[in-house]
Amino acid sequence: MKKRKMYIRMIMASLLRRRSRMIIALLAISIGAMILSGLVTIYYDVPRQMGQQFRSYGANMILTSEGDSITQEQVEATKKLIPDDKLVGVAAYRYQTVRINDRPVMAAAADLEQVRKTSPFWLVEGEWPSKEGELMAGKNIARTYNLKAGKRTTCTFAPEAETEAQPGETEEILPDNWADFTVSGILDTGGKEEDYVYMLIPDMEKLTGMPTEYDVCELSVSANSAELSQIAEQIDQQVEGVTARLVKRVTESEDTVLTKLQSLVLLVTIVVLALTMICVATTMTAVVAERRREIGLRKALGASNGSIIAEFMGEGVVLGAFGGLLGAILGFAFAQVVSRNVFNSSIRLMPWLIPVTILASVVVTGIACLIPIRSATQVDPALVLKGE
Amino acid sequence: MSLLELKNVSKIYGSLHALDHVNLTVEKGEWLAIMGPSGSGKSTMMNIIGALDKATEGEILLDGEDISKKNARALTDIRRDKIGLIFQQFHLVSYLTAVENVMLAQYYHSVPDEKEALEALERVGLSDRAHHYPSQLSGGEQQRVCVARALINYPEIILADEPTGNLDEANEEIVVELFRKLHLEGTTLVVVTHNPEVAEVAQRTVVLRNGRVDREMINENFTGKIKHITLQ
Repeated sequence: MKKRKMYIRMIMASLLRRRSRMIIALLAISIGAMILSGLVTIYYDVPRQMGQQFRSYGANMILTSEGDSITQEQVEATKKLIPDDKLVGVAAYRYQTVRINDRPVMAAAADLEQVRKTSPFWLVEGEWPSKEGELMAGKNIARTYNLKAGKRTTCTFAPEAETEAQPGETEEILPDNWADFTVSGILDTGGKEEDYVYMLIPDMEKLTGMPTEYDVCELSVSANSAELSQIAEQIDQQVEGVTARLVKRVTESEDTVLTKLQSLVLLVTIVVLALTMICVATTMTAVVAERRREIGLRKALGASNGSIIAEFMGEGVVLGAFGGLLGAILGFAFAQVVSRNVFNSSIRLMPWLIPVTILASVVVTGIACLIPIRSATQVDPALVLKGE
Repeated sequence: MSLLELKNVSKIYGSLHALDHVNLTVEKGEWLAIMGPSGSGKSTMMNIIGALDKATEGEILLDGEDISKKNARALTDIRRDKIGLIFQQFHLVSYLTAVENVMLAQYYHSVPDEKEALEALERVGLSDRAHHYPSQLSGGEQQRVCVARALINYPEIILADEPTGNLDEANEEIVVELFRKLHLEGTTLVVVTHNPEVAEVAQRTVVLRNGRVDREMINENFTGKIKHITLQ
């Protein structure tokens, strides 16, 4: 039998046949590895998770025209520059003054499905407009015109309304510049959005009789401020006639919160590593203490200090590797539970984290074993074999 | 040349002279018993001869080599290469089987050889218990595993410290019989014992008292066989 085979046989026998003590050591290591692996997963996934959370606070990039308006082609060209997995929503708005009850009201037309994505914080009493002929009224407009969900109203398009009629003149309203709408819902945001009515783009086209071009385009992109700046730069360079700018209020807040959160996770990870090391060192010290007689016997049989170190370190490495593997698996489950409870979304498995956790676990266990192993080499065989 | 020679060996702990200028020789192939009351220095002498401890003064020549000045690493090499140890409390590794315990001595000495280890167990009559753990063996069987472990590397000398101290009469006989066989094969044996019956079967007995050699007895009728005294 090769020495190495006997070495492995001894280590495995020690681990498998002294189960109770080794299970405690394995638990200590795997719990440490689990928290380490889980926290590192969260650390790396936090920007993605928080990015999605921050998207609920509204658009973080605004596209404006360098000329009069933004075309659909420019919107499409902009979308192509943003990776699909980062693009949360693109809502291009056209604003037009219309009249309700003969009084001017600002109407916004947009793809309202996209608006729901870029402005998920909007609270709608009733329903969002889902088909042509439906509109959503801002809370202030609804109060002024006594609009309620389900109620019908008529909008007229009167460009003349922007200029006051001269005395003696009468306003001319063309018959095809009016449309009936059903109020599907009332918008409550607490902001200026409550002063608008919202309709679908085809309704606006019908009402104004003009092809749609947009005044502004809001983008919600799941990225940090550096990535956003890079995307904005690309848009400026590659999409002619538009300018992209970041909503700094949002992006800077995101960066601050993310940095603080990641620092916190990093700090906790370091503390967990230290605690794991102390826990493993304590367990291994207990293992050495209860095996002093065995160590004395081995030394009496001619084991060198190197052999004793190799045997205990071997046990530590095997424990570290198994604990690390177990911890990596449990850590992913732990991160998943945290993510579902805190962020309400699933976490992505990072395969590279499994070998890294095992390696970290082996290194931590190895370091933790150093002091107990040193005390193992100092065992005096003559004393311990006499039972002292 | 003697296999083992102690010249004026002393071991002093503070004011206590555990060994006090002891002189002793053991010839190659000799079976020596060391007796004495508790505290007489038997175990101290055993530890010094067994390279488990160092003498405070004096010379210890093992196979012509003075081991008294050797450092810990050199003493480890000597234990591994030249000495076979048998203890009163057996000292087997609890999670290794009988054959693995024997192979442990081979592992530190050279290369583990399961076949050879099994043969050693066969020599002590334990071939059928080779794959049992110490907890599954009786005291006598455990001590026989220790004997197999002690002889597996063909040491220059086997040192046994109270080898029958924890055994019943039947197992005591088995172990002494094993010593007799080893002696016949030319193995040098030094056996520390409290038991006069075990000492009497040796070729020579040295009695220690207060750390000194009190007297020496040669067994004129040496047979190596134990004779139990029946108390009336």
